[in-house]
Amino acid sequence: MSDDIFQGYKGKALELLKKYKVRVWGKCVVETTRGKFEGTVLPRSENDDDLHIVMKIITGYNIGVDVETISSMKEVDYKKANYKIPEKEFPYTDGLPQVKLFGTGGTIASRLDYRTGAVIPAFSPGELYGAVPELAGICNLETEKVFAVFSENMGPKQYISLAKAIEKEIQNGVDGIVIGHGTDTLQHTAAALSFMVQNSPVPIVLVGSQRSSDRPSSDAALNLMHAMYTAGHSDIAEVMVCMFGPTSDEYGFLHQGTRVRKMHSSYRSTFRTIGDTPIASVTRDAFTPIKKGYNHRRKDKEVTIKPYFNDTVTMLYYYTGMKPDVMMSMVDMGYKGIIIIGTGLGHVNKELYPALEYAKEKGVSVFMTLQTIWGYVHMFVYDTGRDMMAKGVIPLGNMLSETAYVKLGWVLGQTDDPEKVKEMMLTPISADMTEREPYNGYLVYQGGASEVADFIKRVHK
Amino acid sequence: MSQAFDPKRNYEETKKAIAYVNRKEATQADYDRIGFMSGLEVHQQLKTSKKLFCNCPSGIYQASDNFDAEIIRHMRPTLSELGEYDGTALMEFKTKKNIIYRINNDTACTYDIDDTPPFPINREALEYALQISMLSKLNIVGEVHITRKQYLDGSIPAGFQRTAILGVEGEIQLKNKKVRLIQLSIEEDSCREISDIGHLRTYKTDRLGIPLIETVTYPDFVNPDEVKEGADYIRFLNRSTGKVETGKGSTRADTNVSCRGGSRVEIKGVSSTKWMPELTHIEAFRQYALLNIKSILETKNLDNDSWKISSEEIDLNEIKFTYQAIKDAKEQGHKCIAVNLRNFEGILSHYTQPGQMFADEITNRLKVIACLEKPNLIHSEQFEKVLREKKFEKIKTKLGSKEGDAQIIIWGPEEDMPTALETIEERCIMAMEGVPEETRKSFKDGTTIFERVLPGADRMYPDTDSAPIPLTEDYIVSISETLPIDICDRYEQLANWGIPEDAKEYILKKNLVPLIEKIERELDISPKWAGIFLAHRLCNVEHNSKFSKDFTYSLVFAMLHYLKDNNLDLELAKKMLWELYRHPKMDFDSVLTTLNFRRIPKEEIESRIPFLREKYKDIATSSDPGAETRWIMGELRKTAAGNMNLSDLKIECCN
Repeated sequence: MSDDIFQGYKGKALELLKKYKVRVWGKCVVETTRGKFEGTVLPRSENDDDLHIVMKIITGYNIGVDVETISSMKEVDYKKANYKIPEKEFPYTDGLPQVKLFGTGGTIASRLDYRTGAVIPAFSPGELYGAVPELAGICNLETEKVFAVFSENMGPKQYISLAKAIEKEIQNGVDGIVIGHGTDTLQHTAAALSFMVQNSPVPIVLVGSQRSSDRPSSDAALNLMHAMYTAGHSDIAEVMVCMFGPTSDEYGFLHQGTRVRKMHSSYRSTFRTIGDTPIASVTRDAFTPIKKGYNHRRKDKEVTIKPYFNDTVTMLYYYTGMKPDVMMSMVDMGYKGIIIIGTGLGHVNKELYPALEYAKEKGVSVFMTLQTIWGYVHMFVYDTGRDMMAKGVIPLGNMLSETAYVKLGWVLGQTDDPEKVKEMMLTPISADMTEREPYNGYLVYQGGASEVADFIKRVHK
Repeated sequence: MSQAFDPKRNYEETKKAIAYVNRKEATQADYDRIGFMSGLEVHQQLKTSKKLFCNCPSGIYQASDNFDAEIIRHMRPTLSELGEYDGTALMEFKTKKNIIYRINNDTACTYDIDDTPPFPINREALEYALQISMLSKLNIVGEVHITRKQYLDGSIPAGFQRTAILGVEGEIQLKNKKVRLIQLSIEEDSCREISDIGHLRTYKTDRLGIPLIETVTYPDFVNPDEVKEGADYIRFLNRSTGKVETGKGSTRADTNVSCRGGSRVEIKGVSSTKWMPELTHIEAFRQYALLNIKSILETKNLDNDSWKISSEEIDLNEIKFTYQAIKDAKEQGHKCIAVNLRNFEGILSHYTQPGQMFADEITNRLKVIACLEKPNLIHSEQFEKVLREKKFEKIKTKLGSKEGDAQIIIWGPEEDMPTALETIEERCIMAMEGVPEETRKSFKDGTTIFERVLPGADRMYPDTDSAPIPLTEDYIVSISETLPIDICDRYEQLANWGIPEDAKEYILKKNLVPLIEKIERELDISPKWAGIFLAHRLCNVEHNSKFSKDFTYSLVFAMLHYLKDNNLDLELAKKMLWELYRHPKMDFDSVLTTLNFRRIPKEEIESRIPFLREKYKDIATSSDPGAETRWIMGELRKTAAGNMNLSDLKIECCN
């Protein structure tokens, strides 16, 4: 812990702090060739250089002082930051549904430490109540941290422990489940839970935020309210992703867990249902159904858990000029399943055919999905498609490639018989493949067209 | 209410009690008496091609109805370190505003509406801001850290402004004193408000993100005139770089004012320095008046902790009002509530500002915090009664009012009433404590009204989306080599040239010293003549002509150059300027033709003198020896003007 005194400092900057006996959190006066600076020394980010010392000045701003210019430093006071989060008891209200919130490490609600700028996650019911008091009017809440990983580190192990935790809660009679999750891999977890948790009697809602709740314009609080309301009050017993519909603070969409995709790196309304419409839209106190067919809430506590996963699955994003050795290496490395993401209706060039044959020969299951994201794989339209099918490539309809990857891992976790694998892959479990694409599913509102411009102007984005 | 109470008299008497004087009659002794103190935060837009953190064009403004899309947001307060909400935060949250942003594709992108993280800072803006920091004698930081400063009023869609300190502890030299500077920051400008009615506030995003610097002074100003002098100095300093916007609204200052025992009150966005003296004068006295209210309430021995308002709903079917606003409220099904303020007689009509009394403090808070549009109240100490005495008595009975109490009647949507009542009680309790810290909106007459609660210091935190920017020694040195001279030295330079006092402001405001220097250097025209020509003649033309967007100062140089080249008299420039300003694209020969000017050689004009001298002998009526010269000059002036110097001609006539 002794290192904490100089949190994040290294090299020249660290030497200087030691020389003048100045600690992080020490209030100090620094004399430099550029004049005098006064403030509190702050920790330095590990990735920043060793040539500057960061200080918070009296007006609240942070500045950096160049170590080359420093002629003296004097610590005049010292006050260590305190990271404690305030907690208020989450009130219990008779008659409100019981919702369980699972934490996975993503921060949906958080508060700021103004001295350090650190974002401290709020997670316990008490902390959440402090941050979003409106939740108390929606449901009674219990929370549980299942694990703490960054979104990009979520994987098969986490899917399985989440599925088991959900099973336990359903058996305990909870009215709905919310899972707080980072947004980068939200769709993968949603797909995995769609396969691993089948026939749930209650809603299972995954939620995240695109703007952390340390900013006043954050989408976190509203997303959380929408998700809690959905889990506690909706009739939709599906695995769903609940995120902003428009970028405006107006309503959220409930997306089917297998059909949802993050479509923008930073927009609030980044999640879109692909190849279908969202199940419903949700506000703080109402649902508007969009899709007709979904599983309804039940009173029983029955649920089927299939917590299996084999991670010898990979994906191959096809590009023009791809050589067969890429795919052959995958087979040689021992992968048992490959999801190809092909061009157009689901194609790769002829040069790859030997690799397809090699995979078939080695008993590797190969499936075709689409780079176009929207639409169905159609391998009958051109000869090449038929050639590929003859070489064992199986088209996956309108299954999203990420969903296909997750499903193939889940299937291979249960069987290694190629015929059985094919059969299971082609049997829809949770709308992962649908028979029909509604005419209003594919709506990419592209600016520029006059009708769309008019629409955007009239309706809140 | 006692029979004897006369609100008008009370207003005048309380004004007398604080010894209010008009600014014109006020002396330093008056300001010392009330402990006048003021500091400035001067905002200045930089003239860059792009915005500060994105690649949208900077400095393009659009009409309010010229937009491509609308976005709606709400601002939630974030918890502070101690788990408490900041004062402003709480107020803004109470108001429950729907905030609409109008976006035009030409001037805003996904960054502006906080749907894309910031791009690296605009280096052009950073360089200009550093130049100004150095001119302001600030200690330049070694590394720039972008900080987020929270704003919950919605003026920035993210809910915070990205801002960074470039220098601390500087100074400016005014005529009689040095004023210390706290800091200079670079930041993004905010949205422009279109409207704020009830629960809906609408902004446009054209100005959002334009690079801005903020120069903050210590509260070193001790009278209103010094405030203006300081603001002018900072404005001229910024403009002397030639790197800042100079259009309407491109320079805006927040003026911090207090009186002894008062509180820091920030008068927001004053866009002309000439309003500052009146605004700061009136504000300092308003605070002095509020302190008088505090001491009056102290003599009444109210218990601040237990003092509460009491209220009763008024059945509008039972008590009929003729007052239009209440009749409208009844029609809309709104609620009407009467409030009793125990022991507050004489407070509501206490003087605060010219034309305003304490009740106005309440009415303006009701508008902002409870979203009740004005008029939103009537009260027992209005000069003109809108309710007959009998009806008022009935309401007072209902309230259980006692002698010495005051009453307010409010109306509005039912859901806003709890906040409205809280707001009234809160403001009255604040009156017992003195002067609340506020930001206030200014009016041209020098008065101000409540705008927001002054935000606390706990609203700054590092921007996790951007890396610190080191300012190396080499970079700083290279910028320091490009600096213009100090404004205090400029003042001296103008004095040495013999430029009169009234011409200096125009020259510095328009940053014309470099032009005058060029005119002297290249055309050998005296800086005094050039300075007066610009500050008097051009200024007059600008004021009395329609704004000409193609006119540039370089045209003035070209015109003088033309006159010199053609051996024409410089006086001709005064006439040409009117034409040139209106028709900046016209060539100079045509300008002269328009003025009916004819080129005649000096010799030819002079050759007419002998003939005229002979002629005068025929018609002379005066024996005054000067009369002959005057008559000949009169005959030749029109022809000679522009072709030769008239003094030279006069000498010729005398010979």
